[in-house]
Amino acid sequence: MHPVYIIGAGLAGLSAALTLAEQGRPSVLVSLQPSERAQSVLAEGGINAALDTMGEGDTVEDHYNDTLRGGVWLADPNAVAALTAGAPDVVRRLAAMGVPFNREDGHIVQRNFGGQKHKRTAYARSSTGKILMNAVIDVVRRHEAAGLVTRLPHHECLRLLTEEGRCIGVRIRDTYTGAMTDGFGRVILCTGGLCGLFPGHTTGTTQNTGDVTAMAFSLGAALAGLEMLQYHPTTVGIAGKRCLVTEAARGEGGRLCIRRDGALWYFMEEKYPELKNLMPRDVVAREMYFVRRDLGGSVLLDMTSLPEATWENKLSDLREELMHYLSLDPKKDLIPVEEGIHYFMGGIDTDIGHRTSLPGLYAAGECACQYHGANRLGGNSLLGALFGGQTAAQSVMGDVHDDDDVPAPRPFTGEEPLAAPVSAAFAEAVCEILLGGMGIVRSEAGLTAALDALSALTPGNARERCRLRLAEAMLTAARARRESRGAHYREDWPQTDESFRKTAVAEMQGDAVTITFRPLPERRETS
Amino acid sequence: MKVLLDILRRENAEAAPWHQCIPFETADTNATVASALTAINADPSLRDTEGRPVTPIRWECSCLQKKCGACAMRINGVPRLACDAQLADLGETVRLAPLGKFPVVADLMVDRSGMMQQLRDMRLWLETDEPAADPDALAASYEASRCLQCGCCLEVCPNFYVDGDFYGMAAAVPVSRIVAEADEAQMADLRRAYRSHVYEGCGKSLACRDICPAGIDIEGLLVRSNAAAVWKRRRKGRK
Ligand SMILES: Cc1cc2nc3c(=O)[nH]c(=O)nc-3n(C[C@H](O)[C@H](O)[C@H](O)COP(=O)(O)OP(=O)(O)OC[C@H]3O[C@@H](n4cnc5c(N)ncnc54)[C@H](O)[C@@H]3O)c2cc1C
Ligand code: SF4
Ligand code: SF4
Ligand code: FES
Repeated sequence: MHPVYIIGAGLAGLSAALTLAEQGRPSVLVSLQPSERAQSVLAEGGINAALDTMGEGDTVEDHYNDTLRGGVWLADPNAVAALTAGAPDVVRRLAAMGVPFNREDGHIVQRNFGGQKHKRTAYARSSTGKILMNAVIDVVRRHEAAGLVTRLPHHECLRLLTEEGRCIGVRIRDTYTGAMTDGFGRVILCTGGLCGLFPGHTTGTTQNTGDVTAMAFSLGAALAGLEMLQYHPTTVGIAGKRCLVTEAARGEGGRLCIRRDGALWYFMEEKYPELKNLMPRDVVAREMYFVRRDLGGSVLLDMTSLPEATWENKLSDLREELMHYLSLDPKKDLIPVEEGIHYFMGGIDTDIGHRTSLPGLYAAGECACQYHGANRLGGNSLLGALFGGQTAAQSVMGDVHDDDDVPAPRPFTGEEPLAAPVSAAFAEAVCEILLGGMGIVRSEAGLTAALDALSALTPGNARERCRLRLAEAMLTAARARRESRGAHYREDWPQTDESFRKTAVAEMQGDAVTITFRPLPERRETS
Repeated sequence: MKVLLDILRRENAEAAPWHQCIPFETADTNATVASALTAINADPSLRDTEGRPVTPIRWECSCLQKKCGACAMRINGVPRLACDAQLADLGETVRLAPLGKFPVVADLMVDRSGMMQQLRDMRLWLETDEPAADPDALAASYEASRCLQCGCCLEVCPNFYVDGDFYGMAAAVPVSRIVAEADEAQMADLRRAYRSHVYEGCGKSLACRDICPAGIDIEGLLVRSNAAAVWKRRRKGRK
């Protein structure tokens, strides 16, 4: 039986490999570094499922509604219905795999998270992602020992192999030896977010370069939702990246302020007397941007009045991190915080079965555009990665035929134009332009200026050309959406416009980037 | 801040190692070895102390916040994470070398796949789908889950070498996660593996504990696993 190629070994890739293995289908799991080092291990807060362990009467329907509302009605309702209905089983399965979720009297504890009506987020202290990854890696290891999964860490996916508009395989390179191989069969992309387009400006990892998404786009795969970047309001700059200050810091009583006329102004509390510092992420990030623009200086996170017990029991990791990296003690120092890019709602366009526009190619996890619409709720992306990987694998199982004529893998010794990396200088130039156009507050003029600046760049190799096209698609999508919705805020179009309740789909037509708005489907009746 | 980075370079596994000394200056007082390497690799015009160009230095990183273990190397002789090593604390000359117990790929990059192979050999997975859920087992499992698979502990361990029978803490810590949650049926196999690959080779000097960048309670986990796997102490609530 020929294997399925899975590119990316974070939570989505592992979930796909596991699902295939359980149905007896072999897979090759390709990743730049081992799973233990994927971005998924960084997740802290938790994973959502309407298990209703807290006796609040939480239901799948509530989870569905919160997710759609959070995404400002831009997510596919049928995909979200499947995700939220599947969520309780995903979390129960994790518990059966040995995930040490926080528990009380035997049941899994669930906590509040932004944008949700009930306590729905299961967690493992402050390292949920790391803990989930260990459990899933273990199960995949068992299938690996049985020969059903072949892990290829230290391998880079360079290009998709296509034939008559179909994806028929991938070209990969062993980063240790430089040897290239062409592998044939169906391909599931699980390569994570587009962090590499914003070097130093995201909370994610350096492994997620975005190069695979850019390459797939250039080779004909449609992308969607690219204008939707999630900025997390509280991040701190540490050497080389933005480090997340968990939402729990505000949940436990941390307050945002800025210096005005020599005194501290707690602007969120004045502007939003009800929810104060715990308004949705996009609102907080925008307000921070405005006060900084008007007053200058930095926004500060004041945690100085938090009780001792909170530092001891709930935020000890955070304090240790801030003291270590910034030499600031949040017990007595105000912490300068800034918005940082945290999640990419957009990515490779997929149907509800995680099929892309290229037959033979599937995508899941953060690299795909699915489930989150204009805004992702905290705790929904670990879920989306696990459920998406599983769904993609099930689609493959339905689509694959064993009498397909699939060649065996073979070494490739020719010249591969996509082998040369994006240079640091080029990456920096593209990043600056993107940040200029796609900040927290956007405008027609700003986006046009960014597109002009982009067209003045000359790519030095094939990979840089792919990146340029992806950046152009992002800016063009943001310019085309003349409204404000979720993470996308247009100063010149501040209202949400019902006629834009559509997905912005980006495609390459010859050498040109095009954006079309696709209406969303109605929710199907469930049986 | 101004430092001299003395980097042990090697084009590939077969090539002879040589030292390249690179002057590095930064205004960032929080700069780390990881951010210095990133900056050096981003600047093609850079020259070393002898006026030679600096070709891209091969090394690995991912999270840049000491949560993934990718960037482990020897810094002034000590195995640690490059993203955790602030230049301000390292003196005027900072010596960088690859971890010494693993095959070198190039420059500061080593092949740690042997560690993953060991975990496969130890059959590191749960056979039961009703794992222990008592607070004590979950606490141990959580603690053991924090292992980064960085390999720093193996560097300082007097008894570990690649392809030997003793697998070191990078295997013993993850195994203690399985020991905490496994059922009795699986324990029979685990005991055998634990004895031959962990217990019998470990001198209990705990050099590994002092170097572990994740600060894992290695001693606590060892005591617990030894009790269950070697002394067959009954574990709470297990069939
Ligand atoms: C700091 C932080 C905290 C977070 N907290 C939460 C949370 O509490 N709850 C929540 O739900 N979500 C959270 N998220 C988001 C969530 O962690 C991610 O969305 C999710 O883990 C993505 O999983 P993934 O499998 O899609 O990708 P990743 O885990 O990012 O894996 C990507 C994989 O692709 C591989 N890859 C990339 N490019 C290539 C290539 N060219 N060739 C081969 N392989 C390649 C990488 O090596 C890696 O294995 C957080 C994110 C961050 C950064
Ligand atoms: S206690 Fe000593 S012998 Fe045992 S693993 Fe640690 S360093 Fe090695
Ligand atoms: S036990 Fe500590 S030093 Fe050893 S591999 Fe794990 S995290 Fe690294
Ligand atoms: S890069 Fe992840 S630990 Fe240093």
